[in-house]
Amino acid sequence: MATLASTGSTIGGRLRLVDGVRRQVDYWVVVYQRTWRGTVISSFLAPLFYVLAMGVLLGGFIDADPDVLEGATSYFDFVVPGLIAAHAMQTAVGETTYPVMAMIKWQRIYDSMLATPLACRDLVAAHLSFVLFRLATTCAVYNLVLAPFGVYGSWWGPILAFASQLLVGMTFAVWVYGFSARLHSEEGYGVLFRLGIFPLFLFSGAFFPISNLGTVGEWIARCTPLWHGVNLSRMFALDNVTWWVAAVNVAYLSVLTVVGWFWAVSGLEKRLVS
Amino acid sequence: MISARGLRKSFGDFEAVKGIDVEVRRGEAFGFLGPNGAGKSSTMRMIAAVSPISGGELRILGMDPAVDGPAIRGRLGVCPQEDTLDVELNVRDNLYIYGRYFGLPKVEVNERVDELLDFVQLTEKATSKVEDLSGGMKRRLTIARSLINRPDILLLDEPTTGLDPQARHLVWDRLFRLKQSGVTLVLTTHYMDEAEQLSDRLVVMDKGVIVAEGSPLDLIRQHSTREVAELRFGVAEVGESHDAVAEKVADLGDRVEVLPDRLLVYSDDGDHVIAQVHERGLSPVATLVRRSTLEDVFLRLTGRTLVD
Repeated sequence: MATLASTGSTIGGRLRLVDGVRRQVDYWVVVYQRTWRGTVISSFLAPLFYVLAMGVLLGGFIDADPDVLEGATSYFDFVVPGLIAAHAMQTAVGETTYPVMAMIKWQRIYDSMLATPLACRDLVAAHLSFVLFRLATTCAVYNLVLAPFGVYGSWWGPILAFASQLLVGMTFAVWVYGFSARLHSEEGYGVLFRLGIFPLFLFSGAFFPISNLGTVGEWIARCTPLWHGVNLSRMFALDNVTWWVAAVNVAYLSVLTVVGWFWAVSGLEKRLVS
Repeated sequence: MISARGLRKSFGDFEAVKGIDVEVRRGEAFGFLGPNGAGKSSTMRMIAAVSPISGGELRILGMDPAVDGPAIRGRLGVCPQEDTLDVELNVRDNLYIYGRYFGLPKVEVNERVDELLDFVQLTEKATSKVEDLSGGMKRRLTIARSLINRPDILLLDEPTTGLDPQARHLVWDRLFRLKQSGVTLVLTTHYMDEAEQLSDRLVVMDKGVIVAEGSPLDLIRQHSTREVAELRFGVAEVGESHDAVAEKVADLGDRVEVLPDRLLVYSDDGDHVIAQVHERGLSPVATLVRRSTLEDVFLRLTGRTLVD
């Protein structure tokens, strides 16, 4: 008999979060086995096309002045760390929009999971762990491929840049997950992509220094989570770190991620446990 | 096994379950019979420890679902109204992965999957994709999935809705075997034949309340006659409604129900009723004498048919 008591894994009637996630590992492994081929193009090839087009070809027309390009000695060096952070956002958004809608509404996999000892927060934690895995693999490959091009200013820089890419990715993952949990029709994603993700992608400092946006525009950009991720990724990659700014960036994204976690869990609970 | 006192469920201003008392004992098959919207599924979701109760008391396996939800769910099997199988996985993986959610070791789940595939007669389909299965096979797979943790109580919400007759009988056969092996079954249905086939005891629900309780036979004895004479008249004779004809035959049975297309005369001797109808110069285009069913009980108690 599968009782919880026999596994000794409960706290106050609930499963321990780590145990709840562990029980879903097989499911997510199967999901990855059936979807990884499709992710190769979006995760690895598309970003490299961006690097080639923006960094190499467009960058060839741009004069590299480290004072203007936030310490970068070429446009390639400037744009690549920002692109990886922006790509982390896109990967996270991709994994927490339609896949979440499918689990809730189209295939109702979450309903079947909730008939077992698992609870909403276990489902959210496992889903977000999978997102973290996707972020880690994509960003790691991206960083490794670019290592030979001399972007990185130190050996530890890319490691901290990688960590900040994961952090900004997870910030978007928790918030978009919470949005998806509350969304009843997929038409809402059109608004999210056009009015949220796409403008962030263009204007959060990945492609040009935000000082070009004017005083107001610059401050708006500084409030966006993606800018904090882009800034961290770039500072660490180029070894041009202003530590107090880095601390503010990390704190901002961390607080947003923690608050977003509660927003995601409460969204799923409101939707499925009524 | 399950004990509810004054159990309520509200969604905003709407009260789906309005204070019901239910007691389910070990090893019995207990049914909730009622039309769509009677509050059966809301009750089942509370019993499944998924939906929090709005009022009253509920104990499942001696535990409070608000406190011990995961522990209760670990000992329940749930077969939902709509199949929630993963259509992109094969049959075997659907069972295996579900078993892992209960924290069962891999070896044990694998053994259990083999047993269950055999039990629901899907061994040959083990590597087929779920989307390639027929409706009846999917239902059997869902039942197998709900048994993966060897549950103490199996909850079945409308287990055969949408299945063709042959598939229904196959599902009933499997459920009957489970019942005989001592599993406590709790099912909802709006099919009276299903309730009669599978339930030892049942409650009839309507608009969120229980209107009757007992074994199928007791309910029929208490609330209906032994037989029913069904009379269908041509349009020329009845015009727009059967009401006028109903008055002419009202004294032939204990009572008469007027349905849109026919009259039901409740009597212990249906053949006698039909003979009397003809003697009175009435000429129904079709007649039928049958035994009373739970459908008649429901009609008596609520004034409505089960499937509107």
